[in-house]
Parts: sequence; C-alpha cells; structure tokens
Amino acid sequence: MIENLFFMNGYGLYVWSAFTFTLVSFLTLFLVIKIQYTKEKNKFIAKFGSLNSERAAFAKSQSINKEILSNTSNI
Amino acid sequence: MFKYFEPSKIFSITSKAPKYVLFLFIIILSIGLTEALILSPEDYKQSHSVRIMYVHVPAAWISLGIFSAITFLSIVGYIFKIRNFFLIAKSLAPSGLVFNIVALVTGSIWGKPTWGTWWAWDARITSMLILALFYIMYLIAWRIFEDNDRVFKVTSIITILGIINVPIIKYSVDWWNTLHQPASINILSKSSIHISMLFPLLTMTAAFALFSLLIFLMKYNTELIKIKNKGLDRL
Repeated sequence: MIENLFFMNGYGLYVWSAFTFTLVSFLTLFLVIKIQYTKEKNKFIAKFGSLNSERAAFAKSQSINKEILSNTSNI
Repeated sequence: MFKYFEPSKIFSITSKAPKYVLFLFIIILSIGLTEALILSPEDYKQSHSVRIMYVHVPAAWISLGIFSAITFLSIVGYIFKIRNFFLIAKSLAPSGLVFNIVALVTGSIWGKPTWGTWWAWDARITSMLILALFYIMYLIAWRIFEDNDRVFKVTSIITILGIINVPIIKYSVDWWNTLHQPASINILSKSSIHISMLFPLLTMTAAFALFSLLIFLMKYNTELIKIKNKGLDRL
C-alpha cells in the first residue's frame, strides 16, 4: 500500500511534485506575510516607545493603537 | 452602513481571527490531503494523475474568485470613496496571485502525463496566464504609486480591464476547441463528476479558501499597522 502511495502506477512523481509545489508555495507566502507583519509591528512598538508621555497618552486614546500594542503575540 | 467597515472597528476582530483560521485550515487541509491522496479512487482513463485535480482546480477557482472580489471592491470603493475597500482588495491580491501560479504550475505538471506536453498555448491556459499578468500589474501599481488617489484610480482601471478576462477563462472550453475538457461541475445542472471525487475536491477547496482568508487577515492587519505607523510619524 505504501509503495502504491509513493509510486501511483508511475504517476507518483507528477502527483507528489504538484502537491509539494502547492504546499511549499503556501508556506512561502505565509512566511513572507508573517515577516512583513512582525516588521511593521516592531516598527510600531519602537515608534510608540519613543513618543513623549503626552503624545503617547494621545496615541493610546485611539482604540486601534491599544489593540496593536496588546496583540504582540498573535500570528 | 459603511461605517462598519472602518478599520478601527474591525481591527479588534481581524487581529484575533488568524490563529483560529490557521487551526481550522490545518484540520481541513489534513482531511483534504488524506482524501485526495489516499481515499479517493483513481480515474479509469487518467489513473492516479487525476489526483492533481485536487490542487489544480481549487487553486484556479479561488484565484478567479479573488480577482472578481478585488474588482468589485475597487469599483465600489472608487464610486463611494471607501478607502478601506481598497485596503481589503490590496490584502486579497497576494494570495490570489499565488493561487494563480499554483493553478498554472500544477496544470503544467498534469499536462505532461495527460497531454504529453508541459505547456500548450491553449485558450484556457493562455487566459489564466493573462490573469496572472493582471495580478502582477495590480501589485506593482501599489508599489509604484505613492499618491492614494492615483493608486486607487490605476488599480481600479487594471481590475476593470482584467475582469474582462474572467468570463473568457470560464467559457474558453466551450467557445474554442481546447485541450481542456468542458466543466464537470455545474451549479445549475447535474454535475458529471462522481461523489467520491467531488467530496475531496470540495474539501480541498474549503481548505484553500481558509488559507486565502488567513493570508488576507494577516496582510490586512499589516496594512493597518503600516497606516498607524505613518500616523505616529505625524504626531
């Protein structure tokens, strides 16, 4: 059965390469987007940290900024 | 009604959703792969090579669906001046392009054992390649133009021109003699595909749809944070 799953009557190379290409493409896209997300988030946190207390309080009054700062561990 | 599409209102949802979508995607993909590679029967003519259909067809469907959605969002966003619709459209485009490339490459791999060639300038394949070019033009436009009004206009034009190609892709197998077979699945009439093959196909389609949702959410959150970064610069 295992042999049949790998070789598939001689079509194994085509089937497995199609599935592998698909999954590798997915993984690559996921990692690229994740890196972009982490980069922007770190930039935001760094910028927020450099604000003086008055500006930081104003920025924190916006709910979306608070959400970004509170969701540091999300994917 | 459009106030509900305000980024600040939906960020609390979009920032929490990816981990749940990723979890669901892994489960559905595992079921789909088991069905597609092990449980589904081989075809009487194409033997095991038919299994490529379970990645090729859902990828093609979703890339077409995403381009249609991008066009709709761009047109509505342009008419009603809803900036967030452009942001949603922009966030959908990367997964649309990847699905388009997956459809082309897996189609090429499937073509070799079935037709005896990796590539043919067949109407369906050529029109899918043109769609990939429209996706690339769309994404490049977002990189080139800095001014919002200009980028909204240019991307809307690209999607309007590109959407003309979508019905051509769909009906190319009926309008011309192509290497592709006519559609086996019809929403309005009886499908010619057997249930034992339809089930894995639909499961893989659901998995791919979840993956595009996951990428969309992550990209959309990235775009929102990018905007907020610019906002902090102005403080």
